[in-house]
Amino acid sequence: MSTEAGTRTTTTTQPSGRVGDSPLRPDGTLKVTGEFAYASDLWHDDMVWGVTLRSPHPHARIRGIDIAEALTVPGVIAVLTADDVPGENAVGLEHADQPVLASEFVRYEGEPVALVAADHPETARRAAQRIHVEYEVLPAVTDPRRAMDDDAPAVHQPGNLVRHLTLRRGDPDATAPVVVSLDFEVGMQDQAFLGPESGLAVPAEDGGVDLYVATQWLHVDQRQMCLALGMPKELVRLHLAGVGGAFGGREDLSVHVHASMLALRTGRPVKMSYGREESFFGHVHRHPAWMTYEFGAERDGTLVYARARTVLDGGAYASSTAAVVGNAGTLGLGPYRIPNVAVDAYGVFTNNPPCGAMRGFGCVQAAYAHEALMDELAEAVGLDPVAIRQLNGMREGDTNITGQVIDSAAPVAELLQIVRDMPMPPPADTSDIRSRPGAVGNTTHGEGVVRGVGYAVTYKNVGFSEGFDDYSTARVRLEMTGGEAVATVHTAAAEVGQGLITVEQQICRTELGVERVVVHPKNTAVGSGGSTSASRQTYVTGGAVKAACEAVRAVVLERAALSLGRPANELRLDGGKIVGSSGEVLVGLGEVLGEDAVEETVEYRHRPTHAIDPETGQGDAHVQFAFSAHRAVVDVDVELGLVKVVALDTAQDVGKAINPDAVVGQIQGGSAQGMGLALMEEIVVTDGHVRNPSFTDYLIPTILDMPPMQVKVLEYADPHAPYGVRGVGEPPTISSGPAVAAAVRAAAGKPLRRVPIRPEHITGT
Amino acid sequence: MDFLQPTSWTDALAARAERPDAVAIAGGTDVMVDLNFDRRRPGALLDLGRVPELREWAAEDGWVRLGAGVPYSRIIEELAIQLPGLAMASRTVGSPQIRIRATVGGNLGSASPAGDAHPPLLAAGAVVEVQSAARGARRIPAEEFYTGVKRNALAPDELIAAVLVPTAAGPQQFCKVGTRNAMVIAVSAFACALHPDRKTVGTGIGSAAPTPRRAPDAEDFLAGELQAAGLWDSRGRLPEELARAFGERVAAAASPIDDVRGSAAYRRHSLSVMARRAVTWAWNDLREAA
Ligand SMILES: Cc1cc2nc3c(=O)[nH]c(=O)nc-3n(C[C@H](O)[C@H](O)[C@H](O)COP(=O)(O)OP(=O)(O)OC[C@H]3O[C@@H](n4cnc5c(N)ncnc54)[C@H](O)[C@@H]3O)c2cc1C
Repeated sequence: MSTEAGTRTTTTTQPSGRVGDSPLRPDGTLKVTGEFAYASDLWHDDMVWGVTLRSPHPHARIRGIDIAEALTVPGVIAVLTADDVPGENAVGLEHADQPVLASEFVRYEGEPVALVAADHPETARRAAQRIHVEYEVLPAVTDPRRAMDDDAPAVHQPGNLVRHLTLRRGDPDATAPVVVSLDFEVGMQDQAFLGPESGLAVPAEDGGVDLYVATQWLHVDQRQMCLALGMPKELVRLHLAGVGGAFGGREDLSVHVHASMLALRTGRPVKMSYGREESFFGHVHRHPAWMTYEFGAERDGTLVYARARTVLDGGAYASSTAAVVGNAGTLGLGPYRIPNVAVDAYGVFTNNPPCGAMRGFGCVQAAYAHEALMDELAEAVGLDPVAIRQLNGMREGDTNITGQVIDSAAPVAELLQIVRDMPMPPPADTSDIRSRPGAVGNTTHGEGVVRGVGYAVTYKNVGFSEGFDDYSTARVRLEMTGGEAVATVHTAAAEVGQGLITVEQQICRTELGVERVVVHPKNTAVGSGGSTSASRQTYVTGGAVKAACEAVRAVVLERAALSLGRPANELRLDGGKIVGSSGEVLVGLGEVLGEDAVEETVEYRHRPTHAIDPETGQGDAHVQFAFSAHRAVVDVDVELGLVKVVALDTAQDVGKAINPDAVVGQIQGGSAQGMGLALMEEIVVTDGHVRNPSFTDYLIPTILDMPPMQVKVLEYADPHAPYGVRGVGEPPTISSGPAVAAAVRAAAGKPLRRVPIRPEHITGT
Repeated sequence: MDFLQPTSWTDALAARAERPDAVAIAGGTDVMVDLNFDRRRPGALLDLGRVPELREWAAEDGWVRLGAGVPYSRIIEELAIQLPGLAMASRTVGSPQIRIRATVGGNLGSASPAGDAHPPLLAAGAVVEVQSAARGARRIPAEEFYTGVKRNALAPDELIAAVLVPTAAGPQQFCKVGTRNAMVIAVSAFACALHPDRKTVGTGIGSAAPTPRRAPDAEDFLAGELQAAGLWDSRGRLPEELARAFGERVAAAASPIDDVRGSAAYRRHSLSVMARRAVTWAWNDLREAA
């Protein structure tokens, strides 16, 4: 892929590896050569294997479970059911509403019912098939639009509403001369991380358990595990194993309690590792959405009002549905100035697969609706798609629809201008079959091919919102090892492939002036790092590491000041030395530290956010906003409905690129994932059953689907954030898909009010 | 599970006869998926990877005798001239890694309606050569080989030796619709072959019926119309209406279903479009060659 990251070259490796450089990641080569140890590679000499028996029904009452036959299978060591859960049989990210193992009811296809440990995974699987569960199948709620009806069966008591967010601003009944409206539907996307759920639970001599697991937030896992295992947190220790992608799909528990229960029961280390099919049932998905939107505008296109009604299918358990509704509501109208607003966003329970966190978190769905409607409005008032967005785009100092002032850069118009001004791709190269819609399928030699261009822009909250205490902890130590100054940084913040380890090292090098930075393995022996989600780790854990470094530095410089007889504020740390204000070396770090290690642990918090008013939805709900825009160029074979994305260009404000290569990587990956939802990625659920739990039929983009990208990175520092950073990971996933959808609409000349856009939607057959 | 590794065709046939519980494995790109999903637990695997006869192809007066174990990557590299339709279809199979392992024999063994080798074999008029230790070899025309969804005419003691494909006497085309631009199972597929020597047309339809199948009506219709208009001899332009009517007849020959990959209506529609386009390309190639 050709990339352009602002004025930087993205390929050179800076030897010093400080903030603003792009040092090589320690995991990069290993991953490319296949040597990286993922959680599925975990191994313990005397370990046994655990498997999960799952419900085949979307909704049923469990009449009885007979494990006797399973126990007779040679090699089986334990079979556990809900009765064996040592603590509370309830876990959940925000609400503990999900049984560790179903006891009375199963509420979705794939819900865990029983566990088996055996000396071989196949033995365990076969034994699981010999567990006899008597189910009384119950009527299932599978249409979320009907879930709130009075006569809908209740998935949970008292009813099927998880959250209803109402937002009213200005005159909710305002009228306008130009009115456009639409209905839009978004299918269920999967995170489709490449490393399926895996963990190894090792029973410890003190009666506790050490769990090695791929996850996004060790401490939120630990909290739930302690309740379910009935054990204090000193005895429930988590260690991050190699994570093969996450994208929100590892925020909820998977193997954690199950493997630990088996380990504690058998006294043996227990490994659990899902296959691809089980993985589709083993984690939450992106909420499918049904949205009705209306914009009212002046004849020149200036927005007067917006109304939106959104229903999100939360599936069988709450997971993070309430927070996703929060985003779909508070950010659901996009980065626009709208004086009069009425938004109702609902999250509901159904007997469909549970939905929760996924990259873009509620904003992805909404962006399809507001961006499609923005194009409608452009058409209605005779403006082009860029002009209408620039006219209505948010600017710094504006107030958003919850009444929050945007108090740092909001370059909506500029981002759009940049992508509009980027060079257009050349006309299709018809000599190369791979560059046509359908590619090697050889379905067109130019017949039926129409080119289309589409634009989209978004803004996304960074970090946790609505009053959440969103902090991270860092422990930094500075000492002399073998004559060299070495910093060790310890956080529990999960590296899931985004490059946090490198960022932590860069910050330590920058703040402490040392070359060697050791990143301590991530575990719960240090305080919480918060979640690796919401685009927040470089900001929040980065902030914690920076603060811990500053604390260490203060101690060191204070010591140096004492021995040198100079004020500490005239001293700096650089190259393992104490230097004076004009850079002159005064003394080596070794002489100041001697045998001592200076260690500081700091909790870092971003500015507080606040709950929104329950009636009006008004309030300073978010701490920071990140903006991005995309321009998509597509060739569509309008007769066959096949699409080739020719270009997917983007501009994004990242505040400060701590690691420019990693920033561009996030933007490329996020854009591909967004495009995937627009064109192909969907878990198809019929009557509560998943019909395509495999990569044969759950399609994710390949190299032939993803075009080269032009990427422009802006760096407008957020004065409230460490180094001025802005979260990077999610905005590309939000604005890319709607841009692709718009380009396809432009080419096909059809409204296309549902994603993924399937060939038959384009052809009308 | 036993792992049988014969190193000659005779031994392979003997092993096939002795072990009815064995599953033959060539590239393994279907078999291993089944094993991984626990859909099959055969008593033995009969590995055909070391049987040299299966990995060869040879030109024999007007035919290519393609060993069942020749992988797609070699068909693309070595047989694009002789068997253009099959080579084009091979190009669409899976990923480079899959094409290096997977074989036409395996595609025939699985006999999936979505198998990409089938439409060009049908269009070309290929014949499957199967053999058993007890009864020797027999030849089954491709269109009789597919007997049901993922079922074929192979007897339990038989193995597929080769597929005999007439060397192309005229242009061939293959088209495959998938919802992704690579690495995708066909939503629908179509192959056609012009046989100017015999003044006939061959077709093959994939993923749009319980088995791969021909569209005989469309074949006869087009060949007849070309004959009536003297086009086989004049090599004049193919009238658009003729191509369209051909496409409609191809679509009519299908009996597709709605499934997670696509709707029946779309499958039919896409077949009519692919058939119209493909036959036009093939005809234009024929004219250029003249
Ligand atoms: C990722 C992936 C992508 C794929 N994409 C495609 C695609 O795009 N198009 C497509 O058509 N297929 C695709 N497939 C399926 C598969 O690759 C093909 O069906 C391939 O042709 C199978 O060949 P093989 O040699 O691997 O067969 P194997 O898996 O070894 O065998 C398949 C079947 O044939 C039998 N068999 C094999 N050889 C013989 C023989 N000589 N005599 C008798 N029986 C025999 C076996 O017993 C088995 O039943 C894909 C598979 C994977 C895993």
